[in-house]
Amino acid sequence: MELSGSQIVIEELKANGVEIAFGIPGGAIMPFYDEIMKSEFPHILTRHEQGATHMADGYARVSGKVAAVITTSGPGATNTITGLCNAQMDSSPIVAITGQVATPTIGTDAFQEADTYGCSIPVTKHNWLVKDVRELQGVVREAVRVATTGRPGPVVIDFPKDVQVAMTEYNPLEKTETALSAEPVFRIPEPDTKAIERLLEELERSEKPVIIAGAGIIKGGAAAELAEFARSAEIPVINTLLGMGGFPGSDPLFLGMPGMHGTAYANMALCECDLLINLGGRFDDRVTGKVAEFAPGATIVHVDIDAAELGKRVETDIPILADVRDVLALLNTQARKKDRQAWLGKVEAWKRDYPLQYDWDGSIKPQYVIEQIQEVSEGEGTYISGVGQHQMWAAQYLRFNEPNSWVSSGGLGTMGFGLPASIGAKVGRPDREVWLIDGDGSFSMSLVELATAATYNIPVKIAILNNNYLGMVRQWQELFFEKRYSHVHFPKSPDFAKIAEGYGVRGFDVKDVDQVRSTLEQAAEIDGPVVMNFHVNQEENVWPMVPSGAGNHEMQLGPQSTEKLT
Amino acid sequence: MRQVFSILVNNHAGVLSHVSGLFARRGYNIESIAAGPTENPEATRIVIVAFGEEETLEQIAHQLRKLYDVLEVEQLQYNRSVTRELVLATVSADADKRTEVLQIANAFGANIVNITDNTVTLEASGNDHKTRILIKALERYGISNMARTGMIALPFDEMTDEWEPLA
Ligand SMILES: Cc1ncc(C[n+]2csc(CCOP(=O)(O)OP(=O)(O)O)c2C)c(N)n1
Repeated sequence: MELSGSQIVIEELKANGVEIAFGIPGGAIMPFYDEIMKSEFPHILTRHEQGATHMADGYARVSGKVAAVITTSGPGATNTITGLCNAQMDSSPIVAITGQVATPTIGTDAFQEADTYGCSIPVTKHNWLVKDVRELQGVVREAVRVATTGRPGPVVIDFPKDVQVAMTEYNPLEKTETALSAEPVFRIPEPDTKAIERLLEELERSEKPVIIAGAGIIKGGAAAELAEFARSAEIPVINTLLGMGGFPGSDPLFLGMPGMHGTAYANMALCECDLLINLGGRFDDRVTGKVAEFAPGATIVHVDIDAAELGKRVETDIPILADVRDVLALLNTQARKKDRQAWLGKVEAWKRDYPLQYDWDGSIKPQYVIEQIQEVSEGEGTYISGVGQHQMWAAQYLRFNEPNSWVSSGGLGTMGFGLPASIGAKVGRPDREVWLIDGDGSFSMSLVELATAATYNIPVKIAILNNNYLGMVRQWQELFFEKRYSHVHFPKSPDFAKIAEGYGVRGFDVKDVDQVRSTLEQAAEIDGPVVMNFHVNQEENVWPMVPSGAGNHEMQLGPQSTEKLT
Repeated sequence: MRQVFSILVNNHAGVLSHVSGLFARRGYNIESIAAGPTENPEATRIVIVAFGEEETLEQIAHQLRKLYDVLEVEQLQYNRSVTRELVLATVSADADKRTEVLQIANAFGANIVNITDNTVTLEASGNDHKTRILIKALERYGISNMARTGMIALPFDEMTDEWEPLA
């Protein structure tokens, strides 16, 4: 059967499990859009291509499926760069299909020509420029496979206009056939038995073990195995920012987040442990603080699917290149129980003595709003954040009990991620209520997607913790630049509730702490998107805090406390 | 430290950008890069000589292996590989110096490509060690023009009698 390039891409997306696309059309992608319409391929029209990438990212993180992002050439394609980079940093799969000028004009600075291939190399797992329609079938199959297997990540297919209409013979393939000669890449090795033995020995020897569980637990579908292991071996678990949900936040063994804005007890446990088992986390600098002073007394075990992560930042005694789930399955059959009541008692005492806390002063405290969101949603929602102080408070005060219930931009820290990611998350898991905790700065960067939420009636509940500041930067200026608040203040914050109404979205303006709970309850009842503009305490800071570049033991607990941890 | 990477890649468009871009993006300096076909028509061998800290070079090898079109990455050891480079150099050599230059060329097994009234152009190949000594010897006369291919290399299973690289 003869099909056009555009038809082949649609057929292959469908055949390989891509069920939805987010995008915006334009000149160089029109033939493909024509086919999207004819084939009725599900598509959400966004208001900005960056939004489309974050939607696909949020969709993937909650559903485990991959979505397509479709843009025109030139500016459409370059607008995806931030979103691709974000997905690359956080190992989230996206298949981006970008229009390109016709092959004979490539390289002539044609209208809306950009070197999408070149621009996207550093922000993708792999990318293709397809110049021959006969390659398309194989490329689309490979694109989906590369994006979703091994350590997931974004890919780009640059799709010239003439290739979109070129005709070629097309034969459907089985899902597992590759159609390309290339050998399968990213083979995941079996866990090395010697290393596992060493790990088991260390476990038996250890009096003070601790686990750091990263996003690998979630991406690797290993949450149940982790819970079994931690509970039966009685080892406290720290979750990284992106690992949240990989271990139940309600479990007594849960220690919260490590590092810069981690809990005091997580950092204390890291400083004191004699065995640190990192399962699918990447020892980010926000986690380790000063590397030389990180977990100083511990034997360090690191399990990761990506060889390039092992030993990258932290010297590792037992590196294990494997799927975390396979390793945990082995540990669950082989690890022996050991009595470590002294250690568990110590950790328990830290939790009691150094809890997360904030003061009451009659203003709306951002932490309080988050606690109320947790209660109103009964911890059953999908929670999304922007980037800044509110993100840290959300990670500290929410309790995630399931994998894929927390979506946040970790590696890149992309302000503007929140709203589009929420829309994608709602599309990916429509059965779960989506709550976005955003900052006024972050929200402003992508609020245009309110139009998308309104158009498709995607019921995301948006809580803006509005402090009239780029709060996180202000906090650093307060602490490290002697309160010189250089360009972080928004004295004229817009009326976000009114803006929402302008988009046809319900808006609430909340200035009084007594209205927080009732507003959230009302929002939960509304069948549609809602914006709640909470005027929170403007100079609230995130505590505890490890100053940038310091060791985790130099953590400061807060203004009330001059106590340091050592 | 200086390291020679032998990288076998799929013969696809763009693969050189992926490989060289990785070095550039991560701030690693490339001293030379040479690419050419292999016994397998679908594969190309890229040899890159790079400078960096040992851990950094280890890290880049891992990063290279993650690239889709990279089939194989080897960090070559000098006594387990053979390395060669081709040098073309035009050397100032008036009539009175010409014999000396030709003698040096002869001693290094270099071929003479061209001779003018006041220059000699020669072609020499060899390992890193040899080409460096030759170039140093010729510099005394003045090299007015030079081109080098960059190193190519093949790994060997047995020990080879290659020299340690000069620092
Ligand atoms: C796109 C982008 N630009 C700049 C930054 C630097 N930055 C990090 S946090 C922050 C402030 C965020 O302000 P807001 O969204 O209001 O959240 P808050 O910290 O006040 O809770 C800024 C500017 C960033 N992370 N992303």
